[in-house]
Amino acid sequence: MELFLQYIVAGVTYGTIYAIVAIGFNIIYNTTGIINFAQGEFVMLGGMTAFTLKEYLPLPVAIISAVIITMIIGALIEIVFIRWLHKPSVLRMIIITIGLSILIRETALHVWGEGVTALPYFTGTSVTSVNLGGVFISPQVFWAVGISSIMVILLGIFFNFTLLGKQMRACSANREAARLCGISTQNMVTFSFMLSAAIGALGGCIVSPITYVQYDSGSQLAIKGFTVAILGGLGNSTAAVAAAMILGILESFSIWALPAAYKDVVSIAIMLIILFVKPSGLFGNAAAARLKEY
Amino acid sequence: MTTLLSVENLSKRFGGLQAVNNVSFSVTVGSIKALIGPNGAGKTTLFNLISGVIAPDSGVINFCGDQVQGLRPHQVASRGMARTFQHIRLFPKMSVLENIMIGRHIHSRAGFVAGMLNIPYTWSEEKRIREKAHEILSFLELESLADIEATSLSYGQQRNVELGRALACEPKLLLLDEPAAGLNMSETAELGSLISRIRDTGITVLIVEHDMTLVMEISDEILVLSYGKKIADDKPLAVQSNSEVINVYLGEDDA
Amino acid sequence: MSAKLIQILGFAVAIVAIQIFTQLTDNSFHLTQLTMTAYYSLLVVGLCMLIGYAGQISLGHAGFFAIGGYISAFLTTHDLTAMKGKPFVALLSKLGFLVVRKDTYGAELLTFHPWPACILSVCTVLIVAYVIGGPVLKLKGHYLAMATLGFGIIIYRIVLGTSSLGAADGISGVPGFTIIPGVMIGGSGSGKILNYYVAWGILIVGMTFLLNLISSRVGRALSAIHGAEDAAEAMGIPTANYKLKVFVLSAGFAAVAGVLLTHYNGSIGPSEASVMKSVRYVAIVAIGGMTSLWGAISMSLILNYFSLRGSFGTYDDAVFGVILILIMLFAPDGLIRKQVLGDLKYFFKRITSKEVAS
Repeated sequence: MELFLQYIVAGVTYGTIYAIVAIGFNIIYNTTGIINFAQGEFVMLGGMTAFTLKEYLPLPVAIISAVIITMIIGALIEIVFIRWLHKPSVLRMIIITIGLSILIRETALHVWGEGVTALPYFTGTSVTSVNLGGVFISPQVFWAVGISSIMVILLGIFFNFTLLGKQMRACSANREAARLCGISTQNMVTFSFMLSAAIGALGGCIVSPITYVQYDSGSQLAIKGFTVAILGGLGNSTAAVAAAMILGILESFSIWALPAAYKDVVSIAIMLIILFVKPSGLFGNAAAARLKEY
Repeated sequence: MTTLLSVENLSKRFGGLQAVNNVSFSVTVGSIKALIGPNGAGKTTLFNLISGVIAPDSGVINFCGDQVQGLRPHQVASRGMARTFQHIRLFPKMSVLENIMIGRHIHSRAGFVAGMLNIPYTWSEEKRIREKAHEILSFLELESLADIEATSLSYGQQRNVELGRALACEPKLLLLDEPAAGLNMSETAELGSLISRIRDTGITVLIVEHDMTLVMEISDEILVLSYGKKIADDKPLAVQSNSEVINVYLGEDDA
Repeated sequence: MSAKLIQILGFAVAIVAIQIFTQLTDNSFHLTQLTMTAYYSLLVVGLCMLIGYAGQISLGHAGFFAIGGYISAFLTTHDLTAMKGKPFVALLSKLGFLVVRKDTYGAELLTFHPWPACILSVCTVLIVAYVIGGPVLKLKGHYLAMATLGFGIIIYRIVLGTSSLGAADGISGVPGFTIIPGVMIGGSGSGKILNYYVAWGILIVGMTFLLNLISSRVGRALSAIHGAEDAAEAMGIPTANYKLKVFVLSAGFAAVAGVLLTHYNGSIGPSEASVMKSVRYVAIVAIGGMTSLWGAISMSLILNYFSLRGSFGTYDDAVFGVILILIMLFAPDGLIRKQVLGDLKYFFKRITSKEVAS
């Protein structure tokens, strides 16, 4: 029983990071209809930048600075590479964002090298743990789950109650109409890149002590995040969080049945099955998905 | 008078909208039948149902003695039904001739292996396709445009190329979705005589059209739809004097 | 003489010229990379059919390459001596599928002959492509890209995580492949020049098939699917079926490339299945202009050759990334375009007509 719960906790921890990546996907997808293949790279950049900055700054300041720097990079990416394209085809956008992801990864390789980095635990050390009814949980897990939950709530408030958030939603519902109402749709796209970069970077920082970050962590996270986004139904962030927990837990239990080397195979196989059987996601309805497509 | 196409009790619902509601009608071989109705009456949905783009919820579509409801569009097309689109759908980056040659697809056979090996059968077939395409071009007086990229032509010319592509299928039934949209009066008149000429070659025509002058001039029968329901199906003159049709077009005063 | 034939002959002349050039300048060691480039190009032209002509992206073609290479490598290196008595192995031996050969240390091995191994690998890939192609090709846009990417990662993870496939080391000691007596792909005693011509010869055959296909009814139908799928369907083109067939065809090209390159190199490693490889192939197709087999082949020649020579050093992947972004931003139709070729043709026409006039 304890072991069972231990697996659940591990699953939730991984689920948290997948949820963060998926939310990043959704924010950009909602405003632009683009899947940003470089989404995982924002997570990696956040973790790596914070790791470097913490040499000179206190940890919380380092994390905040890393988030801001990644946010600026996100904005720059949108302004330099995306903003001025006129109605680019999906194929073109896929290839551009893949190119960006390669570029960011290779830059990271030359800046930070191949080494694995990890931020220190926010409280305690790697051996500190809280005993909850026989289950040992690292305090970092509480940090990760806690900060992510707060982030999801803040995002909900942002999109539903602030003017900027409402403008971004209007932009996703009907771009043309939003533009006619005087909303700068281009700025909304830039905001969406900044927001999703910031969220990714923060995610990278909070899970870095547990999962470690490396120059090539991004692409793996991207595919997991996408799996989760699909599971939840593309564009639906609340469902993505639930889907992330399911995937994280499934993955963590797959280690029981299969060699650990095949862990990724399990989650990708799940993604393929969902794409084949119900591309609108576990929680989405088919009609809504069809509307999205056209 | 043999029936080429007969539709029985066809229905299609999109969510809360009954787009086509229990519609029945038939089209006689060698005739021109027009399908009219106010915007949102379900004309395009009916077209899409007949050509297999969407499957009906219920009802039967008989074409040349076969039931074709629920078949894929290419299966319906290969049984001898060709269509044009409300918004022109020519193949970009292909010449006018190539666009028309695509229309010969269902009348030719060379597959992947024959194509890769380029066996004599492939080239003799290719030659036949090309000849037929030129024949169509001269019928439509488009010969001079054969090598021009189709999507770079003027709107009216693109319409004609799309029509030519459908004719290249040598269809038994030709479905035209608002062919006169965006044409001026003289172009519309030309189109009218062209459609009559097409009918005279033995091709049955089913046409969705808003231009009443054109519809009244060329059609043998007119089917009127309103809110997915059939409200009239008769000769042009009879439809013109049908009170329900007049109501639908001029508006009822019960509001 | 048709334009197609002139192009192919020109290509053949260029291949011979390159070989003679390396011979004269005493650079024949370059032939190794050029031979490998030919095999990679075989995959690239197949992919070009899928992406450029049928308009379907695949980010998983390295997976097909790897399945082909790995199966052939496994079958031709896995020693069956211990299982000699088993009826299945006896049957294989009776059918002439097995050979006895000596490995590098002189020990005797009973393994598959490369021919049956090659056929089995390619058939497996075709079946895999057919099975996954059905559901995958129903997807569009991002979904299609992610599904093929997912397939590629699964293959990568499997070859990386399976110890009988050598895990991170891959499979080495793969024997040369005698395709006809006297002509061996790879192997220790084989001639560099012979291998160069075999590889490019196979590529020419492959190119001829594809060029024929493009100018045929099927090629036209594929372009139609790319241009306007609904209209193509309405013209009676079975779009799903054609997409599946061209997917299987391009997977077949990838498999042949994988098998032959593995025998040529004598080994295969998991990096051949990596996502980065798949992305590279897509990059080459994109840079070559999506719808130009010649564009794809020239870009494949240039980029693969320099990459294999190590000219980009540790910036190898970065170079591909940068090129990919620049091309997609500024020349989404690729560098080698029909217009460019058309301009050249016009230019030559003018020169020749002037000569005639004078």
